[in-house]
Amino acid sequence: MKVKMLSRNPDTYVRETKLDLQKVPRNYDPTLHPFEVPREYVRALNATKLERVFAKPFLASLDGHRDGVNCLAKHPKSLATVLSGACDGEVKIWNLSQRKCIRTIQAHEGFVRGICTRFCGTSFFTTVYTGIDHHWKEPLFATCGQQVDIWDEQKTNPICSMTWGFDSISSVKFNPIETFLLGSCASDRNIVLYDMRQATPLKKVILDMRTNTICWNPMEAFIFTAANEDYNLYTFDMRALDTPVMVHMDHVSAVLDVDYSPTGKEFVSASFDKSIRIFPVARSQSREVYHTKRMQHVICVKWTSDNKYIMCGSDEMNIRLWKANASEKLGVLTSREKAAKDYNQKLKEKFQHYPHIKRISRHRHLPKSIYSQIQEQRIMKEARRRKEVNRLKHSKPGSVSIVSKKKKHIVAVVK
Amino acid sequence: MTASRVAESLLALSQQEELVDLPKNHPLSVSEDEEDSDRERKHQKLLEAISSLDGKNRRKVAERSEAGLKVSEFNVSSEGSGEKLVLADLLEPAKTSSSPSLATVKKQLNRVKSKKTVRLPLHKEEVERILRELAFNKTSQVLSKWDPIVLKNRQANQLVFPLEKEQSAFAPIEHVLSGWTARTLLEQKVFNLLHKNKQPVTDHFLTPMEKASLKAMSLEEAKMHQAELQRARALQSYYEARAQREKKIKSKKYHKIVKKEKAKKALKAFEQLGKVNPTVALEKLEKARIMERMSLKHQNSGKWAKSKVIMAKYDLEAHQAMQEQLSKNKELMQKLQIALESEEEERGPEEVEELLIPGVVNKVQMNADGPNPWMLSSCTQDSREAETHEDLEELPEPVAHEVSESEVDEGPVAEEEILLKEFEEWRSLRRRSELSQDAELVGSQETKESSSQEKLSELRAPSQRFKENHQSWKPKASPTGTVPQAHREEPSLEEEEPLLLQRPKRVQTLEELEELEKEECSQSQEFFRPGLEGQQLERNPNNLSNAPKEKKKKEQMLDLQNLLTTKSPSVRSLAVPTTLKEVDDEEERDQKQMIKEAFAGDDVIKDFLKEKRDTIEASKSKDMDLTLPGWGKWGGMGLKPSAKKRRHFLIKAPGPPRKDKNFPNVIINEKRNIHAAAHQVQVLPYPFTHHSQFERTVQTPIGSTWNTQRAFQKLTTPKVVTKPGHIIKPIKAEDVGYWSSSRSDLSVMQRYPKQLSMSHKKQLKKNSVD
Repeated sequence: MKVKMLSRNPDTYVRETKLDLQKVPRNYDPTLHPFEVPREYVRALNATKLERVFAKPFLASLDGHRDGVNCLAKHPKSLATVLSGACDGEVKIWNLSQRKCIRTIQAHEGFVRGICTRFCGTSFFTTVYTGIDHHWKEPLFATCGQQVDIWDEQKTNPICSMTWGFDSISSVKFNPIETFLLGSCASDRNIVLYDMRQATPLKKVILDMRTNTICWNPMEAFIFTAANEDYNLYTFDMRALDTPVMVHMDHVSAVLDVDYSPTGKEFVSASFDKSIRIFPVARSQSREVYHTKRMQHVICVKWTSDNKYIMCGSDEMNIRLWKANASEKLGVLTSREKAAKDYNQKLKEKFQHYPHIKRISRHRHLPKSIYSQIQEQRIMKEARRRKEVNRLKHSKPGSVSIVSKKKKHIVAVVK
Repeated sequence: MTASRVAESLLALSQQEELVDLPKNHPLSVSEDEEDSDRERKHQKLLEAISSLDGKNRRKVAERSEAGLKVSEFNVSSEGSGEKLVLADLLEPAKTSSSPSLATVKKQLNRVKSKKTVRLPLHKEEVERILRELAFNKTSQVLSKWDPIVLKNRQANQLVFPLEKEQSAFAPIEHVLSGWTARTLLEQKVFNLLHKNKQPVTDHFLTPMEKASLKAMSLEEAKMHQAELQRARALQSYYEARAQREKKIKSKKYHKIVKKEKAKKALKAFEQLGKVNPTVALEKLEKARIMERMSLKHQNSGKWAKSKVIMAKYDLEAHQAMQEQLSKNKELMQKLQIALESEEEERGPEEVEELLIPGVVNKVQMNADGPNPWMLSSCTQDSREAETHEDLEELPEPVAHEVSESEVDEGPVAEEEILLKEFEEWRSLRRRSELSQDAELVGSQETKESSSQEKLSELRAPSQRFKENHQSWKPKASPTGTVPQAHREEPSLEEEEPLLLQRPKRVQTLEELEELEKEECSQSQEFFRPGLEGQQLERNPNNLSNAPKEKKKKEQMLDLQNLLTTKSPSVRSLAVPTTLKEVDDEEERDQKQMIKEAFAGDDVIKDFLKEKRDTIEASKSKDMDLTLPGWGKWGGMGLKPSAKKRRHFLIKAPGPPRKDKNFPNVIINEKRNIHAAAHQVQVLPYPFTHHSQFERTVQTPIGSTWNTQRAFQKLTTPKVVTKPGHIIKPIKAEDVGYWSSSRSDLSVMQRYPKQLSMSHKKQLKKNSVD
């Protein structure tokens, strides 16, 4: 009897050098893999769960200020350097990698209301005016108070001042792309845009409530986001101010500060409700909320320029450092880790609409105060909506107009 | 009432004043006295009006309701007439009269009429608003240039940050060289060489030598040279284009024709060479042999040959091609011994021809047992025929030759054949001419030919015998013929036997192939074996029987599948069917035994049937039995209600039959699984418009388990990639190919010093006021 043996040509499975890719004989015929979708679903589910398991965003807290941290500034050239100004007039320069204060400067007697760094990173400016921002290319900076002043670094008097109405302006920001553009927000509930070159204000939009600060999108020249007192953030296209592009609502108290991620895809907002939230630009709901027990009203927030971290300064004198992506593994990844990360990300994206995955990925623990506030506000919102619907139902058709959610908060646009 | 009157009069007065105002605004010089009187009149009227304000003097006011007799020259009153006084009426006399004093007035009046009044300047806020609007429009226009970029970035599959590209460290060679000196010996040598020849170290277009030579040329010469160069370039480009075009032609037929043509040309050239200089031709042949020995070109070791080896099992043509390749190799490798031995230089080509014959024969010998030496043999046949023709020295030989050519029609071997024939033709021609020239050589030639004829006759004898009885041929041939003879015989034998043509098709099993190879390797040994043919014949029925057997096998397999998949009750006999069927092969039985042994433990089918039965049981709704023991009859211990009663009170469970009733190997669960439903999407998610879209996205797997590495990488590219530790700066116009305005914002601001200074002044004023 003949014994038949399986004999394979080693060429088919032995690689020539160890640098070659492993030969994995595999048949990709989809008919042979009937359980692709369920298997991927399980993988996605696991990835989502693991993401939640590893979501530990808090990295460090920098303490040393003796009063509430009022303003933060990124260093334009060094990722590890951060500047902060406190309510007692002290300015501290921090090294993030060492998590230490490098220098302390008593800058003012009163509040350090604003702080900004020069584009070259050699110097910084602080102000007792309500706000300050440095031009992105030129040796100019803008302050705001009763009007927006533009100063040359070398001159004692402002080279240009622009005003529209008389109210105290709370913040002024240069557009990072079209650098001659400025945006400011005043306490009479309006946001005003200025053109520095033509030395004139451009347009004014009046909202329901006061806007605390605005931030320009660093990748899209005409987009900016305003942090409003009515718990919402409004993203505007500056060419069409009558309707905000998106209304971001998740905070339960006044939003005090906002900063874009350097990729322009997301932004972070600091709120009076003792939490910070991360919003995708195109979504009205936040994707992440950060809070700690000890963190009080968050006054200022910044997204670091490598898109990895978030810093926030709060009332209780600390600066906190967070990961921008809560479950991200820090440090160098091997290629396999990277591939796995990408794959998991894609899986989560693919199955994001599945109820279990959605539920798990959205699940967050919140402090009781915020949680109850959210419930309360949901009820209020529902009541308002119901009332509106009822009014519409019981009135003559056409007599009550339906105002879209986006437009509801815009009072007027002044030319 | 009086008050209203007074007011009226005041109004009239003001109207008058207005009338007066008009000329006042535009310098119209009225005579002095007139003006004075006017003033007096006004004064008078004012006094009257004021005096009429207190009640006592009310009566004094003259009220004129109709035209009075006494009309004052100066006190023109339009009261009561209801008509307004118009300037034109007053000026009427001036128009009609043509006094010189009034001419100037007229002129001035005309001038006034022609001029238009300047509009009042807009309100300051209005102006600002317009300016703002203008500025806004301008700015939005500037911003809208970003629209395409923003859109592109939003839709991009992947964005890599930071956006600005790192500039490659590229420097012109001059810069690199300036800070570099030759250190090693080799470098120095190279540099010396370069300097000697004045080669450009830096990247110039021409060397100094070239430049010098260019300069040395006269203009005309240079022009001619240039033209020549141009022509050459043009020709080259034409040629290149043509080659490109021809290369792209996919038609095999065309390429075949081209190849043939080329071969013909080469042959002709060779012929020519043979005529002119036979030694050189011989050398050429020799060189070709050497080259062949050196190269592996026809060794069946190349990619093509390997693929052909694989395909040869299935494809006759591939096999033939392979054989041909080998034969070519043999042919080319054949040494021209006779040629070297031959004394007569003039007869080179003939020798070449003769040399070729053994080569061909050899090749045949090589493939004697090969599947199709048919073509090759025909080749030799041809040459042989030609030889005989030559022997006879017939003049119409070429014609006959052509006929033979047309008779035989082979694909792949045609070229060689043609080559051979051409050689022959050429040789015969040459010989004819030679014959006429030198007759002395004929004798030696004749001796040779006679010897060859003898050989031929020897060869033909066994073949004829074979025709008569090929079974008895082998044993006879082996003792009589020498080994080479036998080899030579083989092709002719096969030529007569078209049956053997089918052979490669029959070669299907591995053992056969192996044996084939063995045969090829040790042919000589096999030829000594007397029972070779018999063996082959033996194998043939074996093979023939093999094919149907395999078919049978396949059928059996199908049967098994059927058993497994369709009929569950008969499944139990699955283990036995081999015994039922007649299986003559031991191997098969063994295999089945092995499979049986391997899967002895698990009776999957039985398990499945049980499971199905259970599920059916579980899903069945129960019949309702409403019989009451003792109802209408006696009841008690040991007494059961009658069958009739039971039947009467039994309510059968309703429901449609199970869907899997007719599918014995399927369990259809008709209940909706809530556990599964919890994992399913209930509502179509936002960006999708149809559920099939969504399903499609879900159903395409992205994992590396189901995709190739490359596809996996492509499918899992992250949307945003950032480099760790790199600062991402805001997008710049330069990054995306736009050129931002070269002027800085500051310089633009300083272009409007007036505006700025004004605002600045205002600012300062405000400050001072505060």
